[in-house]
Amino acid sequence: MNVRSRSLPAILLLAVLLVSPSTLLAQSQSEPATSNRPATLGAQLLRVLTLEDYNTRVVLAGTLLLGISAGLVGSFMLLRRRSLVGDVVSHAALPGVAVAFISMEVAAPGSGKSLPALLVGAAISGLLGVFATLAIRSMTRIKEDTALALVLSTFFGAGIALFSMIQSMATGNAAGLQQFIYGSTASMIAADVKLIAWASAGAIVLCAFLFKEFGLLCFDEDYARAQGWPVVFLDLVLMGMVVGVTVIGLRSVGLLLVVAMLITPAAAARFWTDHLGRMALVSAAIGGGSACLGVLVSDLFPHMAAGAVIVLAGSAFFLLSLLFGTRRGLLQRLFIQWRLERRVALHDLLRSFFEFAEPRLSSDLGEDAMTPGSAPRGELAQITITFVELLAIRSWSPAQLRHALNQAEREHLLFPLPTGGYRLTDTGAAAALRVARNHRLWELYLIHYADIAPSHVDRDADEIEHVLEPELIDELEALMRTERPVAERPTAVPRSPHPIEETRV
Amino acid sequence: MLQDARTNFETDHPDASPLSIHDMTVAYHRKPVLWDVDYIAPAGKLVAICGPNGSGKTTMIKASLDLVPRASGSVRFFGQPYAKVRSRVGYVPQRGSVDWDFPVSALDVVAMGLYRKIGWCRPVTRKYKLLALEALDRVSMADYADRQISQLSGGQQQRVFLARALVQDADLYLMDEPFAGVDASTERAIVAILHGLRSSGKTALVVHHDLQTVGEYFDHVVLLNMRLVATGPTEEVFTTENLKKTFGGKLALLDQVGQRMAGGAK
Repeated sequence: MNVRSRSLPAILLLAVLLVSPSTLLAQSQSEPATSNRPATLGAQLLRVLTLEDYNTRVVLAGTLLLGISAGLVGSFMLLRRRSLVGDVVSHAALPGVAVAFISMEVAAPGSGKSLPALLVGAAISGLLGVFATLAIRSMTRIKEDTALALVLSTFFGAGIALFSMIQSMATGNAAGLQQFIYGSTASMIAADVKLIAWASAGAIVLCAFLFKEFGLLCFDEDYARAQGWPVVFLDLVLMGMVVGVTVIGLRSVGLLLVVAMLITPAAAARFWTDHLGRMALVSAAIGGGSACLGVLVSDLFPHMAAGAVIVLAGSAFFLLSLLFGTRRGLLQRLFIQWRLERRVALHDLLRSFFEFAEPRLSSDLGEDAMTPGSAPRGELAQITITFVELLAIRSWSPAQLRHALNQAEREHLLFPLPTGGYRLTDTGAAAALRVARNHRLWELYLIHYADIAPSHVDRDADEIEHVLEPELIDELEALMRTERPVAERPTAVPRSPHPIEETRV
Repeated sequence: MLQDARTNFETDHPDASPLSIHDMTVAYHRKPVLWDVDYIAPAGKLVAICGPNGSGKTTMIKASLDLVPRASGSVRFFGQPYAKVRSRVGYVPQRGSVDWDFPVSALDVVAMGLYRKIGWCRPVTRKYKLLALEALDRVSMADYADRQISQLSGGQQQRVFLARALVQDADLYLMDEPFAGVDASTERAIVAILHGLRSSGKTALVVHHDLQTVGEYFDHVVLLNMRLVATGPTEEVFTTENLKKTFGGKLALLDQVGQRMAGGAK
């Protein structure tokens, strides 16, 4: 059949490939971070691209894994419509960082800057923020967006207040804590990266193993519950991953921007595929790619914060996807619309030709009019129509008509006579018959099934057979047979169900 | 009489019945939407659940499946609690309950009906994909297996949902408005499937909104309006008088009491 759901091993492979070198990298930390920068830009570029600096390698590995795991987890959050949860977690994490710092300083002065402890504090208060949101939503009449905004600002405010307290503390050397707000990749050390790498790898492996379960949870929660899946547990695991990824992202991207790492790659990936597994992979790739770009660019231009560049790179990927994406990207949609308009103009022209000719035809349209070499088809190709006559049939401007005529001529459907007027070619006559038949079947359909028509229309399809289900076509053809006895075979062109004049509005 | 019924649990939930509901009351935010439902579904029949909007049709199904909490009462499937016989019960939710823009194909959705059988952490292998394809074929949708679900018409989407339940090979099917907004050919396809289920001895409870076709499609009917109005074979129960009782406006008293229990104005 197809190669779907091969994505699980693929994700696993990706995880293993990425985790192994990066942890090795992080372990060989004997080399000191170099800080002497070569003078020329070219030399710098070379140094950055060849990953000469140990420090760059370390930061790159950690941030890359973070980008990949954020892209994966973000896909599920996007599909579960929980895009803003990451924002709540990151803002709510701030007081946790402050409280963790204060308690460690109180216990043992000078120990306050241990990253694992700060992140644990961040995770705890981030989770508290999520639960506060859920509690407000389910126990009061306040809606989710309001609850999110309330919790986010309250926790953030508390965090800022605690930070100013820390700065006034005797032992408080809080300068490092600012990094959690704006993020800083350059000052990361190997131990930090190791932590980030393990947490990211954990999230990636969880996503791979629970891929099918998370997919079901996001698509149809009630059905998942009816089938007996522990929906609350799965939701908690997913939420735990968001908290984990957000919290480790705090250190490098900062709490203001970390939500972008979760959501932007997933939103961009949606423009490239209609398949969940591939969407997750594309999202992971975009997340990893923007992380790499961010680190390298900020290494090249030390004044640019890596977090901001990562987010901007992600946004650039999103913009490109929005424009060029193959699944409802903007340009694709415009192109389809343009093609459709062209085709509609052509069809209108052919149908006008046919309707002009219909009363003048002597052969019976009820016979196999559509088959090659049929009498109506031959006759149709013998009829001449002038520009003025065509112009009178429909409400089109001379410019529109001329445009359509030129197009039809280019496609060899008709040709101008030297004496003035136009004639259909044999291909054109066949096309005109088909267009007229489709149009009238369509009208029959609208008359008999009008209330359900809109949900059924694939306006991009050329032939009615491609628009409607086969059973319905059979039914319409049967209808043609009973209501319009002239059209006894499916290949016939039925009479118009309404007087032709009505279309010439 | 009622007291007597409560003491005798066995007769309340006869083993033979695919679904028996005893004295079920369901409340949303403490406001009851379904009162004291007692119902025993006949095996091997097609049963329509009818009632006006907000009469608790969906709630009756969801509360039976433990999807919304019951304020009181008990439910048995084949004489057992639902958790023990999940695989024998197929559920077709309302089509509008999911996001059809979700990045999955028709086949992927049908395969979801097999996830329990596949088990934790395992991918959907070829064997299960073939089963899903077969189920799609039963609803004449095999040609659309690889289509993304947003590119299907409403009727086609409904058939995909139906196939997801069929692939489970259950003995009882609970379907929430499968005929809502579908085209004529899908309606006939669903009816054919229902007849096929009945002739292989299975039971289907179907929330149905089109009163004109109840007599034609269904053997039994459940008339619901916040409580059970009437239930039984269609030709006996589907009478003008019963319909008037069911559809003649909301019951003012029950509604008011409900409001008060919820703690004031709506």
